[in-house]
Amino acid sequence: MREFLVFVRKECYHIFRDRRTLLILFGMPVVLIVLFGFAITNEVRNVKIAVLDQAKDTYSRQLTDRITASGYFTVDRYLASEKDIEPVFREGEVKVVVVLPPNFGHEFYHGRKAPLQLLTDASDPNTGTTLVNYANAIILQYQQEMTGKVTLPLTIQTASRMIYNPSLKSVFLFVPGVMTLILMLVSAMMTSITITREKELGTMEILLVSPLKPLTIIAGKVIPYIALSFIIALTILAMGFWIFGMPVKGSLLLLLLECLLFCLAALSLGILISSLTNSQQTAMMISMMGLLLPTILLSGFVFPLESMPKPLQVFANIVPAKWFIIILKDIMLKGAGLRQVWQPTLILGGMTLFFLVLSVRKFKTRLS
Amino acid sequence: MSKAIITRNLTKRFGDFIATNAITFDVEQGEIFGFLGANGAGKTTAMRMLCGLLKPSSGEATVAGFNIFTQTEQVKRRIGYMSQKFSLYEDLTVKENIRFYGGIYGLSHQQIKSKTEELLGKLQLQQEAGQLVSSLPLGWKQKLSFSIAVLHNPSIVFLDEPTGGVDPITRRQFWDLIYEAADRGVTIFVTTHYMDEAEYCNRISIMVDGKIKALDTPAKLKEQYQAASMNDVFLQLARAKPGENNSSS
Amino acid sequence: MQPIVIENVHKRFGDVKALHDISFSVEQGELFGLIGPDGAGKSTLFRILATLLLADQGSAFVNGLHVVKDYKAIRRQVGYMPGRFSLYQDLTIEENLNFFATIFKTSVEENYDLIKDIYEQIAPFKGRPAGKLSGGMKQKLALCCALVHKPAVLFLDEPTTGVDPVSRKEFWEMLQRLRQKGIPILVSTPYMDEAMLCDRVALIQKGEIMQINTPGNIVKSYGKKIWAMRADNMFRLIRDLRAFEGTDSCFAFGEYLHVTLHVPVEKVQAYLTPLQHGNLVIKPAQPGIEDAFMQLMQEQNETV
Repeated sequence: MREFLVFVRKECYHIFRDRRTLLILFGMPVVLIVLFGFAITNEVRNVKIAVLDQAKDTYSRQLTDRITASGYFTVDRYLASEKDIEPVFREGEVKVVVVLPPNFGHEFYHGRKAPLQLLTDASDPNTGTTLVNYANAIILQYQQEMTGKVTLPLTIQTASRMIYNPSLKSVFLFVPGVMTLILMLVSAMMTSITITREKELGTMEILLVSPLKPLTIIAGKVIPYIALSFIIALTILAMGFWIFGMPVKGSLLLLLLECLLFCLAALSLGILISSLTNSQQTAMMISMMGLLLPTILLSGFVFPLESMPKPLQVFANIVPAKWFIIILKDIMLKGAGLRQVWQPTLILGGMTLFFLVLSVRKFKTRLS
Repeated sequence: MSKAIITRNLTKRFGDFIATNAITFDVEQGEIFGFLGANGAGKTTAMRMLCGLLKPSSGEATVAGFNIFTQTEQVKRRIGYMSQKFSLYEDLTVKENIRFYGGIYGLSHQQIKSKTEELLGKLQLQQEAGQLVSSLPLGWKQKLSFSIAVLHNPSIVFLDEPTGGVDPITRRQFWDLIYEAADRGVTIFVTTHYMDEAEYCNRISIMVDGKIKALDTPAKLKEQYQAASMNDVFLQLARAKPGENNSSS
Repeated sequence: MQPIVIENVHKRFGDVKALHDISFSVEQGELFGLIGPDGAGKSTLFRILATLLLADQGSAFVNGLHVVKDYKAIRRQVGYMPGRFSLYQDLTIEENLNFFATIFKTSVEENYDLIKDIYEQIAPFKGRPAGKLSGGMKQKLALCCALVHKPAVLFLDEPTTGVDPVSRKEFWEMLQRLRQKGIPILVSTPYMDEAMLCDRVALIQKGEIMQINTPGNIVKSYGKKIWAMRADNMFRLIRDLRAFEGTDSCFAFGEYLHVTLHVPVEKVQAYLTPLQHGNLVIKPAQPGIEDAFMQLMQEQNETV
């Protein structure tokens, strides 16, 4: 036991004396969260619009209110005539102009097609399309509501996609993703690098010749990194909560236990990688290509799995990150308990056990 | 005869630590100059400065007539460098290594071709020309890498512990190459831990704690310190003040 | 019981013959040297003895324990210092030493008398990270770490490579003291002059042992007469001597050339005189280990 503790202490010295790596490990989640939370966002919020209301009746005013009430748009100004439209776009502040024709209310109320014009600044086509889609959705919703009032009460709402993220905050989707990514990075990559570093240095030779059991060496290497991963996971959760107001709806304990499970899976992958190679560089490349890329691309973190070709969807099933992200989202956003997430948990647990046994088996007690 | 290397009070500091402390010496063209010292005495630092890899903190020095502060490019074109740690690309063949080094020193295709033939012939490596360098024995690698270091006819070659771990016969064959190059007028600047090799040099300097403690021909040094061999001279000088308060450079 | 016994060990790496039919044994309390250049197979042999590699053929015993069957027991008893500097660069002297003591289930205090001599030399710097030590100090620390659990056998793989002559001398003085304490030591080195400091040596080259004997006997068994020669222009002298048909071998040895002949020395003098070498000196010389090694190497090359 004493040997083990000394080993862990030695490992901690390595971690804390390598300030630069430590800084990267803690700096990266912060940067990633902030980046995804603030900068890389496809949300529409408080976009300035201008309204040319030529009707000025109840319905035109109602619709304008609906558009602004959504929070996506704010009315920057009201225009007097069509001549004003072009100068407004030139200024660049206003991205959308809503044109309501003179007899809008009349035409709408009498069930005929109410002509309405949406003009967008398409100098940035992506944003333009997104804005038109948002505005269209609001108008459609309003139209359906009004139709429902006067005729049949059975009108279908199409807003289902916003249920678990009512404000459409993309950061809520990125927090689980970044957490997965960082845990994978710290656990798998750092473990594989630290073990191969001992091989490169030649210290592994001495460790192997010593009476230390292979399991002690592995555990001694791994435990400090589990602790480190845990602290980082907590940091990310705390940032999500305090900076972006992202709650954990489910049990925090369950969430942390699931994190532990994923860390173990990642760590055993790291040990496995280190038994395949003797150089830090190769270990890093394998971790990057073999673990991080699938974690980013095939876990549903950045690209939705549903829209991928079938073979890739099947392949994604063996990426542990996929299951972990499902678990995280369910617990954090839906408030799911173990009863709801037992299936992905079981899959992840099975993978962990498999990798763990394999990596301990593969760990060499000799040099070749 | 012109001077190949001139240094005057050449100094390099790393923070508080003075790696080389005001060293002053001349090396004649065509001379075999042994540069000895204990680990951490500042040899490597001095050598790096002379090769234009490290900017000196103060002092003056010229190598092949060029100032090492301002004319590093010209210096680099006129020197060859070989170290025990890095010399050749292990994953390239013998021929590819020669072509590469010839190329970076701007030799023409024709020159490289004739030099390759000449070099392979001299080292009797024709059979192995297409083999990866990693498959060659260490001694052959060292001989090959020396030959490549003088491929572009530099006026000075810097050799950093070129014969470490090499078998005794190959070590002497290596020195045959050095003698031959010196005979052609190439200046040899060499560091070594083998004290018998120090005897092969025309002149020797011994560095202790960043300073040059002794500089003369092997025979005169032995006379001066009343020692039977260069090993004794070295022990007397380096042991007088243990180098323990140095960190390795 | 002999602490180290090696019987007909063979080892190949792919096409490379690393060790070929190696057999020798080390006696109790002996300082045994494995002398040979890099690539001779020294490290491979050490790793087989330290139970880190498996031999293709043959067997080896450390303290009567078989290196494959009883590898766990051997690992508890040996002190092993690998060829490369193998300590944690970011840990201090003290931390390294304590770490290695603990993983061998002991403490620095318990065996302090064994490492005292060596440790005191580096103790003033015990708070300094190992990566910032000079070459000689690193080797001393590595030796301390290999000794801290009071091993029954000590394996030192090239402990003095790349170390300056002063530190080398000190290191060998420490080995002499350890031998007096009765610890059998197997040490390898590419420096021929260090062979003289061993009780017995094996000269190894290209994976084969060329000779095993005491250094004194190896030198004695060198059958030929050696002539030391020098002149002002050594390079010209080497060329002239090699061109002479009566010369067997001609190698530089320090300030002299060592020349062996199959004709009387007067013939060489007669040959050299008209070539006008300045300050020509020819005198008989004592052969050393290196002369013997080179002769054996040449014989080995001829038989291949």
